[in-house]
Amino acid sequence: MSGDKDIAILGVGMHPWGKWGRDFTEYGMVAARAALADANIKWTDIQYVAGADTIRNGYPGFIAGATFAQKLGWSGVRISSSYAACASGAQALDSARAQILAGFCDVALVIGADTTPKGFFAPVGGGDRKADPDWQRFHVLGATNPVYFALFARRRMDMYGATAEDFAQVKVKNSKHGFTNPNARFKKVNVIEDVLNSPVVSDPLRLLDICATSDGAAAMVVCSMEFAKKHRALAENSTTDGLCRVSAVGTVTPVYPQSVLELPDIASDSTAVVPAPARKYKDSIAWSAYEQAGIGPEDLSLAEVYDLSTALELDWYEHIGLCAEGEAEGLLRSGATTIGGRIPVNPSGGLACFGEAIPAQAISQVCELVWQLRGQAGDRQVEGAKVGITANQGLFGHGSSVIVSR
Amino acid sequence: MSDSPATAPTLSRVPIIEGWFTDDVHAPHLIGSKCPLCGTFVFPPRSGDCPSPFCDSTTLEPTPLSRRGKVWSYTENRYTPPPPYVPTEPFEPYALAAVELEAEGLVVLGKVATGVLAADLKVGMEMQLELDVSHRDADHEYMVYVWAPARPSAASTASATASTTDGGAA
Repeated sequence: MSGDKDIAILGVGMHPWGKWGRDFTEYGMVAARAALADANIKWTDIQYVAGADTIRNGYPGFIAGATFAQKLGWSGVRISSSYAACASGAQALDSARAQILAGFCDVALVIGADTTPKGFFAPVGGGDRKADPDWQRFHVLGATNPVYFALFARRRMDMYGATAEDFAQVKVKNSKHGFTNPNARFKKVNVIEDVLNSPVVSDPLRLLDICATSDGAAAMVVCSMEFAKKHRALAENSTTDGLCRVSAVGTVTPVYPQSVLELPDIASDSTAVVPAPARKYKDSIAWSAYEQAGIGPEDLSLAEVYDLSTALELDWYEHIGLCAEGEAEGLLRSGATTIGGRIPVNPSGGLACFGEAIPAQAISQVCELVWQLRGQAGDRQVEGAKVGITANQGLFGHGSSVIVSR
Repeated sequence: MSDSPATAPTLSRVPIIEGWFTDDVHAPHLIGSKCPLCGTFVFPPRSGDCPSPFCDSTTLEPTPLSRRGKVWSYTENRYTPPPPYVPTEPFEPYALAAVELEAEGLVVLGKVATGVLAADLKVGMEMQLELDVSHRDADHEYMVYVWAPARPSAASTASATASTTDGGAA
């Protein structure tokens, strides 16, 4: 499978996820140098840096492209800085891809890194910001992020018969996938009781159903197929066989009316005059990627989806088309989404093993696909992996779905 | 949150946020916005452009929303949310519900009336809008809209009947 809008992934690298509270650029530099080494590319040969922003770390976080260009040593490189909440990494990749496909550059570094506070995420910055919906939901309702995760979880229970054990099983599965992952933060194999015995945070979700906030960094070196061919010719052979390619980056926004209540909104759009679109927003994210790549869910070897909560992983099974609406619990119980099953989901261990390092997370999902497709995933290897998809959503309507193939 | 207004006669009652709901404690309404051109609805209320990409209206007008709707989903907070939430001391778990308003085609998230927890709720359950005290400071009692189960109980048949009538009026 290859298309004329493909770009190559020459190298990937990560700093392990954890909680240290150090300067986020320290983590980013480790990931950047790892990706450059993996690509066998010198920093001074990089023509473009696409940074994924963090809004929690002052000015340097808002200008991630420039921050890392300076940190790696000013080279005159062109830059961009993207903020799209949890989808920032995919927006950065999309920015680099557009530059490459337009012929404005041949090879680019995509990078995201974060240091996060403990506990619930709260609005950034102080003061009464009464017109900011993010401030409003906390002040008026106490609607934390887990509140929204819980609304989706409770709906699965009442509509489709999901149980607390199903949600716990997602955590158990992901912990078994990720506990040997060298970049994971949580390396304990969980059992169902661990989850069921943890305290309820937002009913029905318990502490171990909800992902933590983490420090971490991920980076990749991407280039045109032509550049990849020349680069390889210097090293070994002139083909692009076996190279991982980005076949799609889905970054769609919602279509009015967004009829599903999504984080951080206090109400949905109205369906009174314009009916809801046939394909709801979270479905449209992966489908836009499938259409770009010219494939469907039946072609996938694996998926990395955003398990902000265990129950949200089940929602993603349906949004990316692994099963019909209401059938995710059955798919999970069948073992299909466990490594060794028909379509392993989150072989990295997912957010359950990592926690979320916002600007790095969408990039780390792509790193995992690359290691899986190259056969370098060690204990968590999905045998014969050829095509993978990532999916996530950033608040305020940021979609993110990347298809990688080889 | 459940104290009756009579227990705090010196506190002045103010809405926790301006312009989102009427202050009629017996039959409060959420205040949304309606597009004068295409007729679509918006909540929370705002001025300015219609959200529909198919409509060119640059104004929206305030409109009361239906007082009744059905639960789309719900949850219950077991931990104190971080600021700018203002908690009551000691913190008591409370439920939140997202309620579908049929006429407006909106799903509106709100707190649930004090004492009604997740175990009392179900997707599809009929709810109605009420007002409750969110928190107090030295001078003020801050009011917030809440969703409450719409089923009449023996003790409140009269007010529930009144609410049913109001429910259709929006």
